[in-house]
Amino acid sequence: MGRLSVNLCGIPLENPVIPASGTFGYGYEYAELYDINCLGTFSFKGTTKEPRFGNPTPRIAECTSGMINAVGLQNPGVEKVISEELPKLKTCFHKPVMANISGFGVEEYAYTCEKLDKEEQVGWLEVNVSCPNVHGGGMSFGTDPKAAAEVTAAVKKVTTKPVIVKLSPNVTDIVSIAKACEDAGADGISLINTMLGMRIDLRTRKPIIANKMGGFSGSAIFPVAVRMVYQVANAVKIPVVGMGGVSCAEDVIEMMLAGATAVEVGAANLVNPYICKEIIEQLPAVMDKYRINTLSEIIGGVK
Amino acid sequence: MKQSVFTILGNTALTDTVFQMVLQGDTSAITAPGQFVNIKLDGLYLRRPISVCDLCGDKLTIVYKAVGKGTETMSQMQAGEKLDVLTGLGNGYDMTLSGNDPVLLGGGVGVPPMYLLAKRLLAQGKNVSVILGFNTASEIFYEEEFKKLGADVTVTTVDGSYGIKGFVTDALQSMEYSYFYTCGPEPMLKAVYKASKTSGQMSFEKRMGCGFGACMGCSCKTITGYKRICKEGPVMQKEEILWED
Repeated sequence: MGRLSVNLCGIPLENPVIPASGTFGYGYEYAELYDINCLGTFSFKGTTKEPRFGNPTPRIAECTSGMINAVGLQNPGVEKVISEELPKLKTCFHKPVMANISGFGVEEYAYTCEKLDKEEQVGWLEVNVSCPNVHGGGMSFGTDPKAAAEVTAAVKKVTTKPVIVKLSPNVTDIVSIAKACEDAGADGISLINTMLGMRIDLRTRKPIIANKMGGFSGSAIFPVAVRMVYQVANAVKIPVVGMGGVSCAEDVIEMMLAGATAVEVGAANLVNPYICKEIIEQLPAVMDKYRINTLSEIIGGVK
Repeated sequence: MKQSVFTILGNTALTDTVFQMVLQGDTSAITAPGQFVNIKLDGLYLRRPISVCDLCGDKLTIVYKAVGKGTETMSQMQAGEKLDVLTGLGNGYDMTLSGNDPVLLGGGVGVPPMYLLAKRLLAQGKNVSVILGFNTASEIFYEEEFKKLGADVTVTTVDGSYGIKGFVTDALQSMEYSYFYTCGPEPMLKAVYKASKTSGQMSFEKRMGCGFGACMGCSCKTITGYKRICKEGPVMQKEEILWED
C-alpha cells in the first residue's frame, strides 16, 4: 500500500485521482500524451442503451473560471462501446475502469448496466442520474429521492459490481437523495455533476449554447462541490467520490478532508490534458507540506 | 498532439483587427497544413484554437483576428512573452488529392491556413491558384506573401474597393482547376460547395471545449457518420459534408 492508495468499494486504487466521465472519452486521446496507467482509474464517456448524437452545436460556452457544456450524452450506444471502444481502451489502460451509464427509463439503466457489468475490465458502474443536458432523462431521476432509489434498486438487481450513483447538485436537499440511493443498495455516491447554467451572447441576444442551458463546471464550482461532498459524506456510510472543479493536488486533499474516498477531475482535463498526471505527481509534496502521511487517513478528516 | 511552451518572436498588426504572431518552440507535432494549435491565455478558462498559417523549422506563424477577450489579449502580447500551446491538432488538408492545378480559396480569417498549403503544394511543383476574399480593401492581408511564394493570386472584395467585385466564387467561375481547398465563414463554404466544378476539401470552424477530441463539444453530422471538428476535422471532403440547414 502506497501513501496515495485508497480503497473504493472493495477495489484498491493506486491513487484517488480519477478523470471524470465526459472529459476523458474512452481514454485513448489522452494515452497519446502520457501513460494513463498512472491514474487511479477513469470514468469513461457516459454510455446509453442506444447511440446518441447529442445536442445541436454550439455545445460549449466559456465562463469565468469555468465552462458550460450541453453535449447531451453523445455516445455510440452500449453495443458499440462494448464491441469497439472497450477493446481499444484495453490496449492503453490495464486497470479496472469505471463505466458511466445514463438512461431515459429505469429499464434502460438496468439494461445498459447489466451489459457493462459483464465486461471484465469494468470495475465499478457509475450510474449517472444527473445529466442536466437531456430532456426526460438523466437529471429528472437525480432530483427525486424516489426515482433515484428506483434506478439504484433496478441496477443493483442485475449487476454484481459496485454501483456508484452520480448525483446532481441542482437539488434543494442532496442528503435525502444520497440516503435514498444508499437505502436502495448503492455501494457508493459520486457528486457533483455539473450545475445548470446559462450564458447569453450580447451581440445576438441569444443563448450561446444551442440547448440554451448547460452544465456549469470548472474551478468556479469547487466550493459548492466541497460543501455537498461534506454534507453527503456525513449522512451516508458508503464511500463518496468527490468531484466538481478539482484542478490541483490541494483540491484533491480538500475534497478528501470533506469526506471523499476518491476524487474525480473533470473540466480541468480539457484545458490541461496532463492535469491528472501532474496532480498525482504533485500529491506527495503537498502531503508533506500539510504533514499527511497517507491519503486514506485524511478521508472525512475535516474538524 | 503535443503541449509545449512557445516564445513570441513578433506580434504585428496586418490590418486594424488582424494580427500576425510568430512563435518559436517545438513544432514537431504539426504534420499537415490546415491543422490548428490551441493556446492557453492567463485569466481565460478555455484555450483558443487558431489555425497554422506558416511553419519554418521551429518557427510557427499564426494570423488571427481580434474579435473577443482571448484574441484581444493575444493582440497586446509582446515579443519575449511565453505561451502554453497544444500543437498538431486536427487532420489538416490532404495534399495527395490536389492534381496539378489546385485552387485555394480563403475568405477573411480563412486565408491564413491557405498559406502553408500553397507553400507546400508549390514545393511539390503544383500550379497553384489562390483566391483571397475580403469585405473591403482595408481588410486585405497576405496578398503579397502569396505572390512571393509564386502562386497566381486573385483578390475579391464584396464592395469592389479592390480586385474583383464580389465573392471568391465570382472569381472561381472563370477558372480552370483540378481540385479545390477552402477555408472561410460557413456561408462562403456553402457557396464554394455549390459553385465548384471539382472535388475538394473545406475547413470548418465550431466552438470547441478541448480541441483534441475528448469533450464532444464540436461534433457534427456527416454523410460518413458523426465527426469531431477538432479531431476528424476541421477539414472535410466535399463529398462527406452534410449541411445542417
